[in-house]
Amino acid sequence: MRDLIIVGGGPAGLAAAYGAYEKGVKDILILEREDTLGGILNQCIHNGFGLHRFKEELSGPEYAQRYIDMLKDTTVDILSGTTVLELREDRTVCALNSRQGYFELQAKTVILAMGCRERTRGAISIPGSRPAGVFTAGAAQKYLNMEGYLCGKRVVVLGSGDIGLIMARRMTLEGAKVLACVEVMPYSGGLTRNIVQCLEDFGIPLYLSHTVTDVRGDRRLTGVTVSKVDENRNPIPGTEMDFDCDTLLLSVGLIPENELTRGAGIEIDPRTNGPLVYDNMETTLEGVFACGNVVHVHDLVDYVSEEAARAGASAANRILGKIPEHRAVHIKTDGAVSYTVPQYIRENAEEKTVSLSFRVRKILDDVKIQVSDGQRTVFTAKRTHMAPGEMEKIQLPREAIGDARDLTVSVEK
Amino acid sequence: MKEMICVTCPKGCRLKIDEQTLKVSGNSCPRGTVYAQNELTDPKRVVTTTVPVSGAILPRCPVRTSAPVSKKLMIKIVQELKKYSLTSPVKVGQVVVENILGSGADVIVTRNL
Repeated sequence: MRDLIIVGGGPAGLAAAYGAYEKGVKDILILEREDTLGGILNQCIHNGFGLHRFKEELSGPEYAQRYIDMLKDTTVDILSGTTVLELREDRTVCALNSRQGYFELQAKTVILAMGCRERTRGAISIPGSRPAGVFTAGAAQKYLNMEGYLCGKRVVVLGSGDIGLIMARRMTLEGAKVLACVEVMPYSGGLTRNIVQCLEDFGIPLYLSHTVTDVRGDRRLTGVTVSKVDENRNPIPGTEMDFDCDTLLLSVGLIPENELTRGAGIEIDPRTNGPLVYDNMETTLEGVFACGNVVHVHDLVDYVSEEAARAGASAANRILGKIPEHRAVHIKTDGAVSYTVPQYIRENAEEKTVSLSFRVRKILDDVKIQVSDGQRTVFTAKRTHMAPGEMEKIQLPREAIGDARDLTVSVEK
Repeated sequence: MKEMICVTCPKGCRLKIDEQTLKVSGNSCPRGTVYAQNELTDPKRVVTTTVPVSGAILPRCPVRTSAPVSKKLMIKIVQELKKYSLTSPVKVGQVVVENILGSGADVIVTRNL
């Protein structure tokens, strides 16, 4: 019986392991599918990581290396090249690798840190033919940054998610011509800083409220048609623009990878596509915790680390016999707030504040975040600007919760 | 008054800068002041790319400039780095090229390979 098994050795898994180790747990095993630790950070060679966590501006691989180094002198065991096939309700982890074959491990606690994967062409139903040259932005990023292959010379990017924006810049620097970035929504899905430094810096046009309505090509992509869309996201006839391109990159969202979670019977929040969690990052299955992009998609790895450290510390508490048994308060959302993580807060836990993350559905200026218990407002915070592409965080004082049965988070003018 | 979004970190502060006095507001850390002033005079960015590495588990090694460099030099630096290659082992922070193209910044390795 292991004290703690962590599924995934990316940023969330690494920080969770360190968080649990710091709290006094020694028997920790990380199971990682790839041959090396670090997860998606290894292909994110751009800078901007770590300003919150390390007060330095690092690239993705450097950020991962910090955590790998931190774990070096600990008793944390790592099994790489190992795929987890199943998690059972009794916290049996079924895994497979080429050295040991199939094996089963029992754990007192499990932390799910599997991250997310990209939405593909199939998920968004683009019409047209099916030639080579249509890639998800993350796949193109891996080919270029890790394998050294530039996947095209004339590129259109569909979706303004951060990975697509980062790849528009990266491919431009490598000599490709990025013709346009096309976004179906009236606002960008990525961070504003990436619009500035990846598109504006290189004069790449951003077409908001536009989408790809035709894909042409027999063997290789030869062109795409882009049309303006109305407020219901339906293409407007007569607005078609043709682009001659050999590559279409898709940056159209990420899906938390929760097959193991579902298989274990853990409740999923349909809004985040991740597990429902309490403020200690525990899922609805006792002793199983989750953190990072498997719970909800983050913008910043620094916040993933923070959340994961909390999951690690909470798993440690359970192993050391400090078991939360208190009533839970349900966090509801209203108006422009699309979800919150955590979805439940337990009373009388150790920490004085609860870190609450959420996103809004539309762009908002000069607003007030409001938390109410039905009778009165228990917390407010001002924001000059909020956007769907940028995750919001508030620190809710635990004493504000009082004896509320549920709380509602909303954004008011 | 010129408005801009700070790209130093993912927070993306909305800055205002007075074109005459170069006084900056809206920033939540000192980096914002430096960023806005540079944007008006000589915009600077960190350049990240890869160089070939032999004998490692991967064919490419990620590198970056040790400090932001003039925006005008970005593509030139990436092209210049095509002349270089590395041999494993390399360590984070190892210098690949000193003072690349006279930018004042070194190019450093960002992954142990």
